[in-house]
Amino acid sequence: MSQFVTQDGNEVVARVAHKLNEVIAIYPITPSSPMGEFADMWTARGEKNLWGTVPLIQEMQAEGGAAGAVHGALQTGALTTTFTASQGLLLMLPNMYKIAGELTSTVFHIAARSIAAQGLSIFGDHSDVMATRSTGFAMLFANSVQEAHDFALIAQAATLEARVPFLHIMDGFRTSHEVSKIEILPDEVLRALIDDEAVRAHRARGLSPDHPVMRGTAQNPDVYFQARETVNPYYVAVPGLVQEAFDKFAAHTGRQYQLFDYVGAPDAERVIVMMGSGAEAAEETVNHLLNQGEKVGLVKVRLYRPFSVAHFFKALPASVKTVAVLDRTKEPGSAGEPLYQDVITALSEGIATEDAHFDTMPKVVGGRYGLSSKEFTPAMVMGLFDELKNPHPKNHFTLGIQDDVLNTSLEYDASINIEPAEVKRAVFWGLGSDGTVGANKNSIKIIGEETDFYAQGYFVYDSKKSGARTISHLRFGPKPIQSTYLIGKANFVAVHQFGFLERYDVLESAGQGATFLLNSPYGPDEVWDKLPRVIQKGILDKGLELYTINAYEVAREIGLGNRFNTIMQTCFFALSGVLPKEEAIEKIKSYIKKTYGKRGEAVVRMNFAAVDSALEHLYRVEHPAELTSSIEQPPVVPAAAPDFVQTVTASMIAGHGDALSVSQLPVDGTYPTGTTQWEKRNIAQEVPLWDPEVCIQCGKCVLVCPHSVIRAKVAPEEAYADAPEGFQTAKAMWKGLEEQQYTLQVAVEDCTGCSLCVEVCPAKNKSQVGRKAINMVEQLPLREEGRKHWDFFLDIPDFPRHDGLAFNNVKNAQLLLPLFEFSGACAGCGETPYLKLLSQLFGDRAIIANATGCSSIYGGNLPTTPWAKNAQGRGPAWSNSLFEDNAEFGLGMRLTLDKQQVYARELVESMRKELGSLADDILNAVQDNEGEIDAQRQRVDSLKALLQDSKEARAKDLLSLADILVKKSVWIVGGDGWAYDIGYGGLDHVLASGRNVNVLVLDTEVYSNTGGQSSKATALGAVAKFAAGGKATPKKDLGLMATQYGYIYVAQIAMGANDAQTVKAFLEAESYDGPSLIIAYSHCIAHGIDMAKGLEQQKLASQSGYWPLYRFDPRLKDAGKNPFQLDSRAPKLTFKDYALNETRYRMLFQSNPKEAESLLNHAQELVTERWHRYEELASTKPEEVTS
Amino acid sequence: MSLKTSYLGLELEHPLVASASPLSYSLEGIRQLEDGGASAVVMHSLFEEQIEQEGKVLDHFLHYGTFSHFEALDYFPEPEQFNLGSEDYVELVRSAKAAVDIPVIPSLNGITDHGWLRYAKYLEDAGADALELNLYHLVTDPELSATEIEERYLHILGSVRESIKIPVAVKVGPYFSSFAHMAKLFAKQGANGLVLFNRFYQPDFDLETLDVKANLVLSNSHDLRLPLTWIAILYGRVPVDFALTSGVHSHFDVLKGLMAGASVTMMASEPLRNGVARFREIQDALIQWMDDHDYDSVTQMKGSMSQLNVANPEAFERANYMKVLQSWRQDPTGVLSR
Repeated sequence: MSQFVTQDGNEVVARVAHKLNEVIAIYPITPSSPMGEFADMWTARGEKNLWGTVPLIQEMQAEGGAAGAVHGALQTGALTTTFTASQGLLLMLPNMYKIAGELTSTVFHIAARSIAAQGLSIFGDHSDVMATRSTGFAMLFANSVQEAHDFALIAQAATLEARVPFLHIMDGFRTSHEVSKIEILPDEVLRALIDDEAVRAHRARGLSPDHPVMRGTAQNPDVYFQARETVNPYYVAVPGLVQEAFDKFAAHTGRQYQLFDYVGAPDAERVIVMMGSGAEAAEETVNHLLNQGEKVGLVKVRLYRPFSVAHFFKALPASVKTVAVLDRTKEPGSAGEPLYQDVITALSEGIATEDAHFDTMPKVVGGRYGLSSKEFTPAMVMGLFDELKNPHPKNHFTLGIQDDVLNTSLEYDASINIEPAEVKRAVFWGLGSDGTVGANKNSIKIIGEETDFYAQGYFVYDSKKSGARTISHLRFGPKPIQSTYLIGKANFVAVHQFGFLERYDVLESAGQGATFLLNSPYGPDEVWDKLPRVIQKGILDKGLELYTINAYEVAREIGLGNRFNTIMQTCFFALSGVLPKEEAIEKIKSYIKKTYGKRGEAVVRMNFAAVDSALEHLYRVEHPAELTSSIEQPPVVPAAAPDFVQTVTASMIAGHGDALSVSQLPVDGTYPTGTTQWEKRNIAQEVPLWDPEVCIQCGKCVLVCPHSVIRAKVAPEEAYADAPEGFQTAKAMWKGLEEQQYTLQVAVEDCTGCSLCVEVCPAKNKSQVGRKAINMVEQLPLREEGRKHWDFFLDIPDFPRHDGLAFNNVKNAQLLLPLFEFSGACAGCGETPYLKLLSQLFGDRAIIANATGCSSIYGGNLPTTPWAKNAQGRGPAWSNSLFEDNAEFGLGMRLTLDKQQVYARELVESMRKELGSLADDILNAVQDNEGEIDAQRQRVDSLKALLQDSKEARAKDLLSLADILVKKSVWIVGGDGWAYDIGYGGLDHVLASGRNVNVLVLDTEVYSNTGGQSSKATALGAVAKFAAGGKATPKKDLGLMATQYGYIYVAQIAMGANDAQTVKAFLEAESYDGPSLIIAYSHCIAHGIDMAKGLEQQKLASQSGYWPLYRFDPRLKDAGKNPFQLDSRAPKLTFKDYALNETRYRMLFQSNPKEAESLLNHAQELVTERWHRYEELASTKPEEVTS
Repeated sequence: MSLKTSYLGLELEHPLVASASPLSYSLEGIRQLEDGGASAVVMHSLFEEQIEQEGKVLDHFLHYGTFSHFEALDYFPEPEQFNLGSEDYVELVRSAKAAVDIPVIPSLNGITDHGWLRYAKYLEDAGADALELNLYHLVTDPELSATEIEERYLHILGSVRESIKIPVAVKVGPYFSSFAHMAKLFAKQGANGLVLFNRFYQPDFDLETLDVKANLVLSNSHDLRLPLTWIAILYGRVPVDFALTSGVHSHFDVLKGLMAGASVTMMASEPLRNGVARFREIQDALIQWMDDHDYDSVTQMKGSMSQLNVANPEAFERANYMKVLQSWRQDPTGVLSR
């Protein structure tokens, strides 16, 4: 009997891969990471493969490494697989050629994703897999979750028979992350498809000293060519073997696939050829058009490589006149995209053979669609079929965008919606933190697994990590759902956050007469008048039925805080009527128990209470039939924002980026900085409020604020003359500045409410010790006033950088303008305070190479960027190359600067006569402090003025290079995944180069950006993904390794443990004319801590000896001193005192206490041992160091 | 000579019982208590907050930051099963029962009638010989009356009593307007024993950091007076077994407790400070003292100095209060010498 599950593509593919392999080498990359995570989790739980043994999982340092390990494991005869995507797949290319060249059976499971070009994209298209076409891997495309599950098996069966390795491809996100009800393959089917003899043959081909052979020879011109041709028969056989596997599979499951599956009219004249998830939407549309009598068809390409011309012809109806080939990739400069070219080639070759059952070559056009998960809808498919009616349909078109540059885009009627009436469609707007997605995933499971309905869930997340918006799209209906696109006309729209009404067009996707469920702080009698006018209009125009509940209050009363997911879920079931009410409640409870049961009965009870009380608080809203509201949605960005922000950025912020045309976007991926200031997100419920009476002006709150929303200025009293009412100041507590006024202001609209500032504030109110110099208060009442205060504050002159104060301590550094502000990082992020400090100290002359990871996402993910400019227009110039090459990328920047500086100096030398004394002044300038740098800037300004009108080539060159004569600072920034793992080889080389680069490692001890996978920075005993049983090996001592070179400045810092040392380390590193490495403890959401206590954890990490602070300054050695300075005192706490505050350590005690105890005891031994080693280093006499 | 005593229906070799403390956090610790000479062990408390909160905290952090960003839908691998601390506690009882011969008495500590009470049954099923129900509630809400609190206590006891068959002892603090009446009500509600008294958590202030600090002070022999007084008063009047806890540090303290009417005397601070061997040392000293003073058994002395049995019962009452004050004033050295 069929067994159905409701799971996403990643899970159902991993399920088969884990069953059919012995060795799995993994490395995280979106969107394929969950496949590795599932496999790792199942292995950790002891789940066995088809042969009764638990597969071995090995996390590698990079995808290149994973491919190497896979190659080795295959060469020794193990059934081996890996999961990857995008850049990861590109890193595997060299090994893929080898694996294929050696005729090795394996399947790589791919969640296909865009390749970083003008910008990185984590979303789905076929750019990555198309780059592997020449490797020799067969390529099998799955279009849906069911197919991805099925093809994982079929690919494995085929590769074992064929000896040609396979890429099994599903679309990233659309399939990998779509939750769908599918029929799961029982072991018997797996067993039936996999031939153990073929497995044993694979094993027998493995290298063994018991029957030694060699493979991987170097070949000469005499034989390489012929040898390369030896594999041909195997490729010829592949299509037949895959079809055999398809047929065998069909015999066991009833699901019959063809190499090229045709759907449509037998006499179709217009046919689309495509592959991937878009084919599902296309099939849905073809079926719709067939019902309307149209002669259209679709060829779904399953086996793309090897491309079987004969089978392709067989699939095409003889009646075909026009073929449109859709490619989900772009190959700039080509004669056409890959599938298009293959179809053209196949048709030209095949038309003259017996395979052809038509005489006339059809017209063939090709186009691109769906890049980076761009929506692909039935409306677009219909637009394409309409285009094919033209005698001369557009070729090399784009579909789904507006190309107003070369006008490649096809027109279509976006309002068309063909979703069948029997499919129920629900859209939910929520916040990441309110649990909306989790509840919806549960709802989908309930519907999928407890009813006869088919169900589909797809979830759209934010590019911000704090205050992140989520939109869930749920469908359920009596037949399998092929709608691989977002819901256009929902029967049910739920808005779980009232604040969204003012910011988003939440009713855009509501269909006529839909139900609208609103979580509102206002009761049923007053809510109507609180709705913005546009929302009222939407309700009236579409005839929506409005229901409301105050889930905030219900959740609070039950003790669920902000997580009101089960309350809203219950309301959804009650209103949607998908199940009888009582049955729905019973099933919700049963799933609550299933989901939360192991977290204890209190959690279950609380959620049960939420279910029970939900419907009592749910009201239908009776409202007038006309608009009554005068509440308007505020502009997306303020009127003062620059043009680009007003047009382009604002569209993206508002969620209308799809409507931007090609001409509106930069041609080379270059975007303005300083744009977060225009995106007022107002996500904090509470924000800090300054109490000048208590404040000691220490600057700690300014230093630690991860979002740069707390700022301080000192200015003469007259600067405050026009201050708005309530704007507070205090007498400046600086020697020599007593006559000036200090002010501390909070950007309340940008604050995330993390409260790190309050935690770090050392000043307590003497009359109420619970209050500090900065205290959290409700944001809403402060918003208006706060906005005015902030605007005024920005107009107060910045404290001069070059006018007396040395910015070598926290108190003074707080007065420096941050050039990194309002990032979308998690509330309370432990990384961003370091970046902000960097921007304050060196931002106006810094170039930043940023490794891919959290810092590149909150630093560079559109729509807005936190890297900013000062009043003079200077600020950090920032770029992200890749994950693995960041150190080299930064070094390249340094090389340019070094070369340009030499050339500029040479030009100055050569123009001494023209420049007079300015030449020497410039060439001999010392630039060790802000004053000296400012003086050089002025000289360079003079130089530019002198050169401005010169026609001489040297002068023009010098003018173009003059700015380089002012000192520049290169920063290579990244996380531990980059520095310890994937980028380590490059980092080591760059540090060893001796060049003047500064490396900042934001060490969160896991791959934070991809969801907390273990890196070599992960500590012994910590639980992380890929280390589900607690990491069994200790953290790599990256800093100590770097000190071994002797000429690298190294500092290990933790702002929460010693902020003065942090500032000092940054200044020393930057001033060192050589390579510098700063390793910064960065508390992280992936540690499972209360982020407000992040700095406290940093302190405990240091006090326990786990994270000793030190600085290794090679200059001290030259001065006859010990370069290694230990800045921490001897441990006064145990490792456990620190570690057990964190879920990553604690949860092992909750899952495997014995192992946890043993690992943590071992960790303590290592901490002690390392401390002694450091102590010894710090106490070494200078002469011993020198020797 | 016999040191045997009966407490909650359990036949104990002697009256020196280990009371709830960190010494029973592990199986090894429980073994050491037996080896050190304790006749029974009351385990460290399983707190209602622990039962309720641990899962909630875990749930919170497993949810925290999830489903917010495309690349990081969650941050932790979720094992198939969690053993929350409360489950570990039940397991510890089970393994302790298998590992030691002395009775094992788990301690449940809470103040509401929520789900934690089901743990009484789990503990019984794990083999507990009896249960100590620790009702500790520092009432800070001015709206809550004494009656409401007392009724809540009795309700909790009633619920536990209904759910299990093993004996139940109630451990409370002394701060009741009419403790004797309360003790009677506990007995009526089915308590088999009263453990006197809970120590009242009193935080300290750090004047440098202006923080309120948790600062648990170990007991000393002066702390014996309060439970001693109440056991002496209640013995023979309230039909339960008494356990004296707080301030037991020497064989003298044990003797006083027994004479007041306690079936057992419990120690935590003394073994914490001076090692678990103190059980045996005090037992030896007890034997020596009884030998020196011609006592045959501890039953012989049990309650011998209770209010019912002393020559001057008023010594326990208000009149005696005046004497205490007078004796204080009369003491020229300022040292309380009584």
